[in-house]
Amino acid sequence: MSDIVEKTLTALPGLFLQNQPGGGPAAAKASFSSRLGSLVRGITALTSKHEEEKLIQQELSSLKATVSAPTTTLKMMKECMVRLIYCEMLGYDASFGYIHAIKLAQQGNLLEKRVGYLAVSLFLHESHELLLLLVNTVVKDLQSTNLVEVCMALTVVSQIFPREMIPAVLPLIEDKLQHSKEIIRRKAVLALYKFHLIAPNQVQHIHIKFRKALCDRDVGVMAASLHIYLRMIKENSSGYKDLTGSFVTILKQVVGGKLPVDFNYHILLQVLQKYILLLYLTMILTISAIFIFLSLAILFECVHTVYSIYPKSELLEKAAKCIGKFVLSPKINLKYLGLKALTYVIQQDPTLALQHQMTIIECLDHPDPIIKRETLELLYRITNAQNVTVIVQKMLEYLHQSKEEYVIVNLVGKIADVLVLNTVDTYAPDNAWFIQTMNAVFSVGGDVMHPDIPNNFLRLLAEGFDDETEDQQLRLYAVQSYLTLLDMENVFYPQRFLQVMSWVLGEYSYLLDKETPAEVIAKLYKLLMNDSVSSETKTWLIAAVTKLTPQAHSSDTVERLIHEFTISLDTCMRQHAFELKHLHENVELMKSLLPVDRSCEDLAVDASLSFLDGFVAEGLSQGAAPYKPHHQRQEEKLSQEKVLNFEPYGLSFSSSGFTGRQSPAGISLGSDISGNSAETGLKETNSLKLEGIKKLWGKEGYLPKKESKTGDESGALPIPQESIMENVDQAITKKDQSQVLTQSKEEKEKQLLASSLFVGLGSESTVNLLGKADTVSHKFRRKSKIKEAKSGETSSTHNMTCSSFSSLSNVAYEDDYYLNTLHDRGDKELKTFSLNSELLDSESLTELPLVEKFSNCSLSTPSLFADNSMEIFHPPQSIAASVAKESSLASSFLEETTEYIHSNAMEVCNNETISVSSYKIWKDDCLLMVWSVTNKSGLELKSANLEIFPAENFKVTEQPGCCLPIMEAESTKSFQYSVQIEKPFTEGILSGFISYHMMDTHSAQLEFSVNLSLLDFIRPLKISSEDFGKLWLSFANDVKQNVKMSESQAALSSALKTLQQKLRLHIIEIIGNEGLLACQLLPSIPCLLHCRVYADVLALWFRSSCSTLPDYLLYQCQKVMEGS
Amino acid sequence: MIKFFLMVNKQGQTRLSKYYEHVDINKRTLLETEVIKSCLSRSNEQCSFIEYKDFKLIYRQYAALFIVVGVNDTENEMAIYEFIHNFVEVLDEYFSRVSELDVSFFNTVFHSTWQAHSSPYQTGSCSVTQAGVQRCDHGSLHPGSPGLK
Repeated sequence: MSDIVEKTLTALPGLFLQNQPGGGPAAAKASFSSRLGSLVRGITALTSKHEEEKLIQQELSSLKATVSAPTTTLKMMKECMVRLIYCEMLGYDASFGYIHAIKLAQQGNLLEKRVGYLAVSLFLHESHELLLLLVNTVVKDLQSTNLVEVCMALTVVSQIFPREMIPAVLPLIEDKLQHSKEIIRRKAVLALYKFHLIAPNQVQHIHIKFRKALCDRDVGVMAASLHIYLRMIKENSSGYKDLTGSFVTILKQVVGGKLPVDFNYHILLQVLQKYILLLYLTMILTISAIFIFLSLAILFECVHTVYSIYPKSELLEKAAKCIGKFVLSPKINLKYLGLKALTYVIQQDPTLALQHQMTIIECLDHPDPIIKRETLELLYRITNAQNVTVIVQKMLEYLHQSKEEYVIVNLVGKIADVLVLNTVDTYAPDNAWFIQTMNAVFSVGGDVMHPDIPNNFLRLLAEGFDDETEDQQLRLYAVQSYLTLLDMENVFYPQRFLQVMSWVLGEYSYLLDKETPAEVIAKLYKLLMNDSVSSETKTWLIAAVTKLTPQAHSSDTVERLIHEFTISLDTCMRQHAFELKHLHENVELMKSLLPVDRSCEDLAVDASLSFLDGFVAEGLSQGAAPYKPHHQRQEEKLSQEKVLNFEPYGLSFSSSGFTGRQSPAGISLGSDISGNSAETGLKETNSLKLEGIKKLWGKEGYLPKKESKTGDESGALPIPQESIMENVDQAITKKDQSQVLTQSKEEKEKQLLASSLFVGLGSESTVNLLGKADTVSHKFRRKSKIKEAKSGETSSTHNMTCSSFSSLSNVAYEDDYYLNTLHDRGDKELKTFSLNSELLDSESLTELPLVEKFSNCSLSTPSLFADNSMEIFHPPQSIAASVAKESSLASSFLEETTEYIHSNAMEVCNNETISVSSYKIWKDDCLLMVWSVTNKSGLELKSANLEIFPAENFKVTEQPGCCLPIMEAESTKSFQYSVQIEKPFTEGILSGFISYHMMDTHSAQLEFSVNLSLLDFIRPLKISSEDFGKLWLSFANDVKQNVKMSESQAALSSALKTLQQKLRLHIIEIIGNEGLLACQLLPSIPCLLHCRVYADVLALWFRSSCSTLPDYLLYQCQKVMEGS
Repeated sequence: MIKFFLMVNKQGQTRLSKYYEHVDINKRTLLETEVIKSCLSRSNEQCSFIEYKDFKLIYRQYAALFIVVGVNDTENEMAIYEFIHNFVEVLDEYFSRVSELDVSFFNTVFHSTWQAHSSPYQTGSCSVTQAGVQRCDHGSLHPGSPGLK
C-alpha cells in the first residue's frame, strides 16, 4: 500500500503514547491508565446496567465541569474528548461536548486536531447545525501544506459535510485531484463521490476529471472512482458505453494478477453488468480464476451477473454448476448464498430449481429460520395454480412460528398476494381451502397487515368470479366458517378479522338455510357487548346488524341493542343506534334502503338533494328564512357582534392583508359550541354510513371491465393445465426412476412434497426462457441502431447557417451578404434571417433570451462565413437539398411561432431513404419539440409515424397534425410534440423511433434520441420588485456563491444581460450595484436571483421553493460567466 | 451500503461502534441490545446472516467478541463476511495479538486507524479492502483463532 498510509500507521501509536515510550498493548494500558483507563476498566468490572449508568453519569458530570472550565488546556481537552467519545458510544448523551470538539479541531496541534476531527465525525451528523462552524476549519486545513492535515480535512468532508456548504470547498477538492500524492487524490475522489451522492447537481461539471481518476496509475484512486461510475451508470446506463473498454482492461488486470489479490471485484462486476455482452470470455476467466482465490462473494456476484446479461448457454452452464456447488455445500453460509442465487435465477430458468428440488425441500425443514425464510422466498417466486396449496401451507407454518412483526407483515403480504391481490386469477384451488387460508392469514396477520388485504378480499367476495353459483357457494362457505369461528368461546380475533366477519355476515347471511338472521344478530350482539372490541369494529358490527334487521322477523335483540346504544357515550355509536331505531319503525323503507346482495352495485347519489325541493318550497311559503351558506352566516354574525379572536396573531409580514377581517376558522369554533348536536350528528351519518361499504363500490365502469377479463381467463386456462399436468407426470417419473433404490419412507414423503412444489414449472420454463431471450435480443438490436444513428449524425453536414450570425453592429451588412451569397436558398430561408435580424434590432432583444447563436456571435466574421457556406454547398446534391428543405421548414415554423425562439436543426438520425432532424422551440408554457422528416429517396413514402418512448421525467403530448399519411418524394414533413417536465432533473434523454412505409418495400424503423437539459424548461418570470420581496421571504432553499467576472462584462448590467440572454432570466430591477432577477421552471416553480457586484466579483444568491433548482442554476451561471 | 459496524461482547457491552447513517443516540442503545440478542441466539450450525427489520446483519464471533455489520439489501453478504475477517487480521497484525480489552482501550486508535486505512468505507460502501496486511493464509483464520483471546 501507499507509503503514506504506512507512515501514519507507524506514527499513530507513538502520537498517542508520546508520554511513555514503547508500543504494544501492555505499554498502552499503562499510558491510558489515567482517566480513560480507569473508566474502561470500571465499566468492564461492573455487572449491572444500573451501576454502569451511575458511573457514566458521574463521569459525564465531571467531564462537563472540566470542558467548560477556562483553565482546561488543549491537551486535557483531547483527553476529555476521548472519554466523551467512549461515553457517547455506550449510549449516553454527551451533547455538551460537541462544541468543544469543534473547537479542538480548529485550534489544536496535529494530534489534538485529529482527535477533534474524530470526535466531530462521531458526534455530529450531516444536518447538525453545529457543523457549519466546522466549515472554516476544513477550508483552512484543505489549503494547508501539511499532508496529514489535508488528509484529515478530506476524510471529514467525505464523512459529514453540510450539503449547503459544498460550494465553499468544491474548488479546493477539485484541485486535490491533481495532487502528487495518491492518498490525497484518492481521498479527494471519495469526497467528490460523497458530494455526488448528496448533491449530484454540483459536481456534474467535473465528470471529465473522474475519467482521469479512472485512468490513474494508482489502484486506490482508480478503485475509488469506480464507486462514482457504478452510481452514474445505474442512473444512466447508455451514457458511459465508451468506458467499457477501460473497465474490461481493469478486470483483465485483476484477473491476470497484475493488481493486488485483495482487490475486491464485485463493485467492478456490478459496473460491468450493464455492458457485459462483450465480456463472456473474461467472465469465464474470472469464474475459473476465482476458485483459486477462494473468494466466494465474487463468485456469487459472477453468477448473478451471468444471469442478468444476455443469456449465453456456455456461461449459464457454468453458473448453474456454481449454484449447484453453493446449494450442496455443507457450510451453512454457502447454502444461504446458493438459495439466494437460485432466487435470482429461478424465474428465468426454473429447471435449475427442479435439479435442486431435494435440497430445497431439506432447507424447508432446516432448523435455521433464516434459511427457511430464504427458501420460502424462493418458493414464492415459483408459485402457480398447482403448487399453491403446499407453498401457502409452508408459509403459514412459518408464520405461526415467527414472532417478529416485520416478518409477519412481509409474509402475510406475500400470501395475500398469491391469493387475493391479483383478484382476476387467484391461484386458490377451491372455496373451502381459500376461506380457511384467509382465516388463518387474518388471525395471524391481524392488525399489522396492510389494510389493502382485507379490502381486496372483501371486494373479491362481493364481485365474485364469472360463475354465479360458484360465488354463492364461496360466500355461503365464508358465512358458515365465520359463524363457527364466532361460536368458539374465549377466542380473541384481531380487529381487522372481526371487521371482515361482520361485513360478510351482514351482506351474505341471507344465504343461510338453517340459521335465521335473528340468530346471526344475536351473535353480533354478543360481540358488540364485548369490551375488547374497538369502537371502529363496533361500527362495522352495528352496520351489519342494521343490514340484517329487515330480514329478521321478530327481533328482541335489535330492540335491546337500540335501547343499549341510544344512551352510549360514543357519539358515533349513538348515531348508528338512532338511525337503526328510526329505520326499524318503518320496515318497508328499511327494506328498500338496504336491499339484499347489492353491495357491488353503483349508487346514484343526488348531491344537490333535489328531492327535498318541494319540502323547501313549502317551508319558504310558510315564512321560513331562506338557507344561507355557512360562510355567509359567519359574516353576518361577525358584522353584528364582536367575537374573540381565536386565531393566533399572524407574523408581521403576512398579517397586513388580514387586518380588519377575521378568518372564518376562528369563528367556526365558536359556532360549534353553540350549534346543536343533532346537526353535527347528522353530518356524521353521511360519512359513517359509507364507511363499511364504500371501499367495495367500484367507480362506474369498473365492473363490466373486470368481468370481461375473467371471461377471457376462463377460456384460456384449461388448455395449459393439461400440458402442465403431463409435464409434471414426466418429471415425477424421471425422479422416481433415478432414486428408486434409496427410497426410505421419509424420502418418499419429501419427494411427494417436491413434486407438489415444483408442479408446473417445466412447461413454464420454456415459455419464460423464450420470452426473455426475445426481449433481450430486441433490446440489443435497438441499442446498436441508436449507435448507428449517432455515427450518422456526426458525419452529416448541417451546420445551419443560423449559427453564423455576427455581432449586432453590422447586422444589416450581414444580411446583405447573405442575400448575395445564398441566393439559391428558398426565400423562406431568407425570411428566417430577416426575422432574426429584426429581433436583434428591436429592443425586444432583452426579453428574448438564450439564442444560442449569440454565443457564436463574436466568433463569426465575414471570413468565417465563407467557410460556412462552403460547407453547405459542397455536400452531395441530396443532402444539400434536404438542408435547404429543413431550413425552409424551420422558417415555416417561425412563421407560426414568431414570438418564440427556436434552436438550430440537428440531425438525429438518417439512412438512405429518410433523415430526421429536430428543433427545440421554447414556448412560454412548454418546450415544443419538432422532428422534421425528410424523404431523400425518389420514391413516395406511403406513411410515416413517429413515436416517443415514455420517459420518467417528461410528459410528452402530441400536437395536432402529427401523422403523415403520404409523403411525396424529396419533401419534408414534421411532427410536433410538446414536452412538459414532471420532476426536476439535470440532463434527460428523450428517445423514440420513426416507422415509415415505402411504396414497394415493407415498413422500416429508425431510432433516435435527443438530449434535453433543464435549461430548456427555464422561462423568464415577470414580476415586480415588490412581489420579488414577498417571494424572497417565503422560499426556504437558498444557495450563495461568488463568481469572478471576466473583463468584458465588468459592469453589472452587461453581466446581467448575459444571464438574461443565455439563461432566460428576467431582470426585474437594477439598483446601484445590486440586481434582481427571476425565472421559473415550467410549469411553475419560481426561482429568484439576487446579484451584487464587488470589484470584479459577482455575488449570486439564489432562492427557490425547489431544492435542486438553485444548485442547477448556479452551475449554469458559473458556466456562462466563465465562458464569456 | 453498510449502515453500521459494531463490536459487542457476550455480556452485551459495546466495544466499538460506528454508524454511517445517523441514528438517534437513544435508538442506538436499543438497536445494539437487540442486535446482540439476535446474534447470541444463533448457534454455530446456523448461518451468519440475519434478517433484521428491513436490513441484514452479518456477524462473526471471535472468542467472546461479536463483530456485527448491518447492511442494506444491495450488499453482498459474503463479501462483508470476508471483510470482517480481513478487519480482524489487520487489528491482529497491528497490535500483535489483539484482545478484547485492547479494542476498548484503543477506541480512539481504532477510529483513527479506521480513518487512515479503510477510507473506502468513509461513505459506508465497501470496495477495496486495503488492509495493511496482505496475508492470505486462510488456514489460521477460523473464528476463535489465537489472535483473539
